[in-house]
Amino acid sequence: MAFSFEQWTPKVYRRFLQSMKPKRTIAKNALWAFFVGGLFCALGQGIHNFWRWQGLNAFDGAAATAAILVFIGAFLTGIGVYDQLGKHAGAGSLVPITGFANAVVASAMEFKREGYVFGVGAKMFTIAGPVIVYGCLSSVVIGLIYFLRMH
Amino acid sequence: MEQIGMAFLIGGLICLAVQLVIDLTPVTLTAGHVMVGLVTGGAVLSALGWYEPLVQLAGAGATVPLSGFGHALAQGAMRSVDERGLLGALSGGIEATAVGVATAVIFGYTMAVLFDPKPKR
Repeated sequence: MAFSFEQWTPKVYRRFLQSMKPKRTIAKNALWAFFVGGLFCALGQGIHNFWRWQGLNAFDGAAATAAILVFIGAFLTGIGVYDQLGKHAGAGSLVPITGFANAVVASAMEFKREGYVFGVGAKMFTIAGPVIVYGCLSSVVIGLIYFLRMH
Repeated sequence: MEQIGMAFLIGGLICLAVQLVIDLTPVTLTAGHVMVGLVTGGAVLSALGWYEPLVQLAGAGATVPLSGFGHALAQGAMRSVDERGLLGALSGGIEATAVGVATAVIFGYTMAVLFDPKPKR
């Protein structure tokens, strides 16, 4: 087919632009996030039920569950599965606490060549650090407000 | 079984909501922004007393997402204030989340030593 500029009428051009745009995948992303995120939470509930059955109270049960989930997230990141999952799952792999473990391991692994002190030791907090900083800040502020309201 | 189903549903919905926020806001939100937002948001909701009902309803569906981490921080801080006064405001949040942070450091370090990053495909 011969190429001529006459074929690029505004209508044709708009259709061409539309075909080159990335497909709207918002619905698909949301569905993936729902299923993967839901599965991590269901797994967490299963682990939690196990700890309660073992005789832990609700508070310790939640902490022990978090520990197991962090291990699972860290291990899956180590063997390269978690990041593959994350490509599809998006927020489904980011929001659960396994995503926090993923952030720690992924950055620590990436900067291993910079050494064990300033590579692994420092860079493992690239993403987890801000989370701890803002978490600590908000908990202390909340504690202070609560204290002032008590007295 | 019912508990697990409820955790799946509510936990899934929280992730779905966050995914929509990521996709529909014009500014680029990175993993760090999302996580900081969830933890801080969860802590504030928890302090207002709005997060606990969700935990009662959904169990792990509310505690496994990082907003549950924020909930643990806030509840820990307030409980410690009850026990120790002003000092509790400083210690409570970190104490309540110590297990999560310590395991993240321990396993994060171990996995980073054991494994190497996979080549990008």
